Parts: sequence; C-alpha cells; structure tokens
Amino acid sequence: MTVGPMHVGLPRMALIKALGLVVLAVAALMLPLIAPDPGTTNIAVFTMMYVGLATAWNIMGGYTGYISLGHAAFFGFGAYALGLLLVHLNITPGYAPFLLVPVAGLLTAVLAVGIGWIALRTRAATFVIVTIAFMFMLQLLAENLVTLTGGGAGLGLPYPHDWGGDFFNTPYYYAMLALAVLALAVSWWIRRSKFGLGLLAIRDDEDKALAVGVRTRAFKLTAYVASAAIVGMIGGVYGYYVTYIYPQFVIDPLIGLSMVLMAFLGGLGTLSGPVIGAVLLEPTQLEFAYRFGASRLYLVFYAAVFLTVILLLPRGIVPSVADLVRRRRLSP
Amino acid sequence: MSLVIEAAVLGVLTGGVYALMASGLTLIFGVMRIINVGHGALVVLGAYLSFALFRSIHMDPFLSLVITMPVMFAIGVALQLVFVRPLKTDREALSVLVTYALALGIEGTLGYVFTTNYVELRGWYETASFAVFGFHITYVYVFGFLLCVAILLALFLMLYRTSFGGAIRATMLNRTAAQLIGVDVDRVSALAFGVGVATAAAGGVVFGVTNAFNPGSHYDLISRLLTIIVLGGLGSLRGAILAALIMLVTEDVTSVVISPVWASFAFFVILVAVLIVRPQGLYGVRARDRI
Amino acid sequence: MSLLEVDNLSRRFGGVLAVDGCTLAVEAGSITGLIGPNGSGKTTVFNLVTGFIPRDSGDIRFKARSIAGLGPDRIYGLGIARTFQLARIFPRLTALENMLVPVRRAGLGGLFARAQRGHEKARAMEMLEFMEISHVAGTLGGALSYGQRKLLELGAVMMAAPELVLLDEPAGGVNPALLERIADHLRRLNRQGVTFLLVEHNMSFVMQLCHDVVVLNAGRPIAKGTPQAVRADPAVLDAYLGA
Repeated sequence: MTVGPMHVGLPRMALIKALGLVVLAVAALMLPLIAPDPGTTNIAVFTMMYVGLATAWNIMGGYTGYISLGHAAFFGFGAYALGLLLVHLNITPGYAPFLLVPVAGLLTAVLAVGIGWIALRTRAATFVIVTIAFMFMLQLLAENLVTLTGGGAGLGLPYPHDWGGDFFNTPYYYAMLALAVLALAVSWWIRRSKFGLGLLAIRDDEDKALAVGVRTRAFKLTAYVASAAIVGMIGGVYGYYVTYIYPQFVIDPLIGLSMVLMAFLGGLGTLSGPVIGAVLLEPTQLEFAYRFGASRLYLVFYAAVFLTVILLLPRGIVPSVADLVRRRRLSP
Repeated sequence: MSLVIEAAVLGVLTGGVYALMASGLTLIFGVMRIINVGHGALVVLGAYLSFALFRSIHMDPFLSLVITMPVMFAIGVALQLVFVRPLKTDREALSVLVTYALALGIEGTLGYVFTTNYVELRGWYETASFAVFGFHITYVYVFGFLLCVAILLALFLMLYRTSFGGAIRATMLNRTAAQLIGVDVDRVSALAFGVGVATAAAGGVVFGVTNAFNPGSHYDLISRLLTIIVLGGLGSLRGAILAALIMLVTEDVTSVVISPVWASFAFFVILVAVLIVRPQGLYGVRARDRI
Repeated sequence: MSLLEVDNLSRRFGGVLAVDGCTLAVEAGSITGLIGPNGSGKTTVFNLVTGFIPRDSGDIRFKARSIAGLGPDRIYGLGIARTFQLARIFPRLTALENMLVPVRRAGLGGLFARAQRGHEKARAMEMLEFMEISHVAGTLGGALSYGQRKLLELGAVMMAAPELVLLDEPAGGVNPALLERIADHLRRLNRQGVTFLLVEHNMSFVMQLCHDVVVLNAGRPIAKGTPQAVRADPAVLDAYLGA
C-alpha cells in the first residue's frame, strides 16, 4: 500500500518543490550580479552549458535507453554552423549572433535526421558504436574541408570587443541559461506526454512497444533529433564564447562522454538528475583540469569518478535518494 | 596502377594488425556481450610496455612480447574481475561507459609517466626493405603481418581445438545454455578477457613499430576498431578479420588514388553503406532477439 | 468472408521450413485454437501475422485486406493485438502506465499532450478492475507477480479495442485458479465481440474454450474443425505421438 502515505505527503512536498524551484531560478538569474568576477562566471557558463547538454542528452539516452556517445558531433557541428553563419553573413559581434543560434539548431536537426536515420537501424551496443563512428567521421570532415572550416588551423568567430572586464561572460551565461531552461522544458514536456510514455516503453522493451502500436522508429528519431538540436544550439553559443574553434576541441569525445556521465550520476531518465550531475561534476572537472591539466592526471580523476558512480551507484543519485525517502516514509 | 597494387598489398599487410586487435575486441564482445571501449588504450598500453622494456634494457620489441603478453593477460583478468563482473544490470550499455573510463584512466596514467610526446618502437627492420616484383616492402610490415597471422592462427586453434576454446564458443553462442551444460561462464569470461587483452599487447607492438604513438592514440585506434567490428558483425571473428582487411585496403588505396586525408573517410562511407543495407554487419545476426 | 485469412504462407529459417504453405482462417466472433507439437510453427505463424518477421511467400488478409509486409505497429493499428509467451510487460512503468501505452491517439497534438488524460485513465482503471488487479495500479510492472503480469498484459492490449487478439500460451505457467479466471475473462471479452486466436499446450483449456481448432504439424495445418472433431482425428494423434 504505497499509495496512502504518499498522497498525504503530496501537497506539502509539492509546495517545498515549488519553493525550491523559485529559489533556484532566482539564484541562477542573479548569479552574475552576486559573483561577477570572470573566474566565477566562466565556471558558471560551463556549468550551465553542461546542465543543458546533459538534459538534452537525457531526452534520448535516458528516456529511450539508446546510449549515444557521439553527441559531441552535434555540439561541434552547431559550433561550426553558427561560426560559419557569422563569418559569411558578416554579422557584427554583440547580441546579434545569439539570434542565429536557433538557425544553428535547425541545421543540426537536419544533420541529426540523416545520422539518426542510419544509426537507429541498429540497437544497443551497435548503436553506441555507430554514434561514435559518426562523431569521428564529422571530426575528420571538419579537419579535411579546409576551405570551409579552416581545417586544423581552426575557425575564428567574430569577437565582441565592446564587452569587457567583468561583463564579458555575462551574456554567454544568460544564453547558456536560456538554453538549459529550454532543454529542461522540452524534457519535462516530453516526460509527461504520451510521446514520452512511448519512449519509456521503448527503453523497457522495444519489441513489445512495437507490438502495442508504438511507432518506435519515428519516436526514436524524434527524440534523437530534439536532443541533437538542443546540443547543437549549445555548441553554437560555446563556439561564440571561445571565439576560436578547432575540430578536435569542439568535436571532442570527452564532451560527449561528460554529458553521459552527468546524466548517469544524477539519474538516467529523470528530470533533475542531469542537472544535479552537471552542477556537481563540471566545477570539479574544471578545477581538476586547471590544477592537473598539464600532467593529464585529471583524466585519471575523471575515470575514478566515473567508475565509482557506475559501480557503486549505477542508478544515479536521484532514484537512489527517492528510494531512501520512500522507505523512510513507509517505516513509521 | 602499380601504385594501386602496392597500396593494396600494404593494406593487406597493415590490415593484419587491425584484424588481430579487432579479433580480441570482438572475442570479448562475443563472450561477455560487452564492448570494450578501452581496447585501444590497452593496445597503446601494450606498446608502451614494450617501449619501456626497450628503453630500460634494450629489448627488441617483438621479443618483449614474451614478457608483455603474460603481463597484459593478467591485467585483463584483473580488469574483468574488478570492473566488468560487478555489472549486473544493463551490462551492454554500462560496460561501454566503464571501459571508456578505463581508457581515460590508462591514457591519463600513461600521460603522467611517459608524457604526451610521440614515441615509436625501433628495430633494424624498421627501415630495411626488400623488393618483390619491383615493389619495395619494408621488413617491419612483413614481420608484423606474420606475427599477427601466427597469433590469429593460435587463437583459432585454441578456439576450435581445445576444450577451453569449446567453452568459449559455447558461451558465445548461448550463455545460459553453456551454464546449463556445466561451463563456468564467469571463469571463461575472465580468461577470455585476458586472452583478448593479451592479443592487444601483440597488436600494440606491431602498431608501435609501424606508427609513432602517444597516450592519446587510443581514440583513433578505438574508433577504427569499433567500426571494424560493427562492419564485420559484432561477435564474429571471421567478420572482424575480413572487415579489417577491407578497411585497410580501402584506406591505402584511397590515399594513393584520391588523397591521404580522405583515407579513413572512405572506410566510414563503406560502413554507412553496409549499415543501410545490412544493419547487423557482414557476419552478424539481427538484433531483434526476444520475440 | 473470415476475419483473418492466412493463405499459402511460407517462411524458411536457414534450412528449416518453419511455416510451409500454411492456409487457415479465423471466423469473426470465434475463439480459435492453434495447436500442434513443439516446433510445428505456431509461434512463427503469430510472428508472421503480426508483422514481426517478414514472410517468404503467401498472403495474410485481415477483413479482406492484405496486411502482409506491414510492420507490427501498423498491424496493431488495424486492430490486431497480440500477447507474448511468459507475459511481456514494461517492467519500469507502473501497471497503470502499462495500460496507457497501447492507447491510440490521433494526430500530433494527441501525441504531445499529457500521457495521463482523465478519461483514458478512467478507462484504464476500469479495465484493471475488470481484470481484478486495480489494487496494483501504482506498482511497477517488474514488481508484479507472474499471474498479475499475465492479466496486465491481456488488459493492456485490450485498451486499444482490437478486433482480433492473438494469445501466445495464455495458460502457460499459470495455476488452476488463475487459469479459470483467465478463461472467464476471455469468454466475457469474446461475448463483447472480440475474436481470439490462441496458441496453447493445455488441451483441456483449449477444449473448453475454443469454438474452432486448427492443428499445425511441420508448418502446415493437418486438421481443422470443432474441438471434438479434431480430437477424434487420427492424423492429429499421429502428429502428437510422432508415428
């Protein structure tokens, strides 16, 4: 009889949740005013970036159970798409480039339809590998199409000289925040929709889902494209933020892996899991890369965290804590 | 034309080492249903072990296999016991992440010990060459190829002529059924992982004498190896060998006919084409299993 | 005209002809049993009819319209549902969510609207009550007993109001008390107009429930008729005893 006690606690829980959300939202909005130094806002930009990335990845990986390790391809593609648009359309640096971010997302979506159409012909392990293969394929293209991308020499994006000092990071922070909110909204909407229920059914038993009329291919492709488009937009803002992009740094396997790790750490298929995972991991990761980056030891740290999470907490933080709370509430 | 033939021959010779590395990877998949994304890093680790032996006691890279292969076998068994066996649920997906993490750990450790500068394994055969029908072939490619063929043969003999091999094949076919007829699948899994990792050591030496490498080389390696085993069909040794040869011949021929920068891309194109027609790969079985 | 017509259907797996020129019909409003020794191709016929595996030759018609070559999701949409051996449900969804997955909605708007719509939820609860498992509506599928899973699977496929339901061993692994309940549910649904085709090894279950029986051996029907007629057919006895 799990139903009774949970219903009693529900209104109060909902209130606490709503209050918590408001506090979090205010804190996220005020952050650049509270801690304006570039060191902090830089960390904030990257953390918000990964909140968005992990949440977007979770729409595919968490809900359908199709683990993509190649989402860095969409991240990098978005960066190049926005970069090339800015360069070729001669956009003045400033706020205008942000308006083109959705276009980068749209282009990424088109690419994702193509890649997804092929990759989703496979399942489970093969799918994972195919996503990795496509990522390296795109990296190779970015390196080889020198006239378009600049190849290994990199692509320079317009630099907003008007912004300086403490303010420089602020617009990027709000852009990343907006995209993270977008990712969360899409994820929330899908989670409670009929479509989302179909995705979860696919995760549990794909053939059974097909047998009860779930149009699995269309469902998977839609989730894949939605996930990729958001990642592409975030990649675009990232490219504009770092102003110089190179194939191996924007189509970086580690970026693709990081979003997966964060979603896993927080809890696959949950709404808040990827957020918690990103907020916990990204600042730590930045700190480690900053301290031990030269010696590559930060990779060892990264591996250690990853292994600990998967071996000791395979379901992630949110489901484990939820279980604990439920059990405590049941025992008088 | 002769350039194309020369490229094709080189493709077959270098394909041998990829066939060996991919065989270890697909063997591990077949037995345990896990994808060892750390296989490339283990190959690089094997190369570095030989490099360390060469640097400290001037041991010939090929000869050093006598030491590195048993060591790598032990490392493989240990990794399986500590990191792979505890995975109970959702093994296929979680194993990808665990072995990816292992790859990063190995990369980081190697980077710390050996720095990220490129190194290579050296021997007299590295530059000496001989001529056949007017083609110049460097000894190192022939030696590497012969070593890989020998180890692959040994692998096949083990699989098809020993009772341990029988247990491995039974486990690959049907884990539960193998368990029912008395195969200790846990033990077979650990040993098979060890064997797969030991072949990575051999692959590492051949890779190291024909390429300069650094701790980050495993990304390139694993992306190739994974595409090879997907093209061949997951869990199929024959498929892995055939796919490795197709890949390297395609690459080497593309690099003389078109341009070296498009070499790997040509192979990806083949992979995509095959996936559209036959998602299960050349020798694979279709994934829709539990109907 | 029969509701389902299988016409000269064949399917080969490697060297084995699993289904070999199979022709059979299921009458609207009937409960038809598909029986036969192990390996006679019963489940393969199910997989062919529901689009899970492609046919080599032959035709399958539902309400006089060919459905051969369509995918399982399309076939389900036309009104043919199926259950699986050993009951397959979604283990990480609650029983109620399991009931809602099969509900069909028209248009994209429906797809992206709330999963738990009031009237659908009410209908799902009604069906759970009909199956006498409404007390576990909030429990995860994976935590249900085997019997509860069987009832849940049957209830869930009924949610889309299918005209024909293919049941793969509805009595398999079920205790006698539950068996009686399942038979009772099937009879009541049948009276409401649902046609059933079921594969079953439990002969007394088949004999008491089915109006028509088709006996399959080596991928083709060797006898058809009422349970009594089939039971008396010497060819059937031969097939089962392997004479």
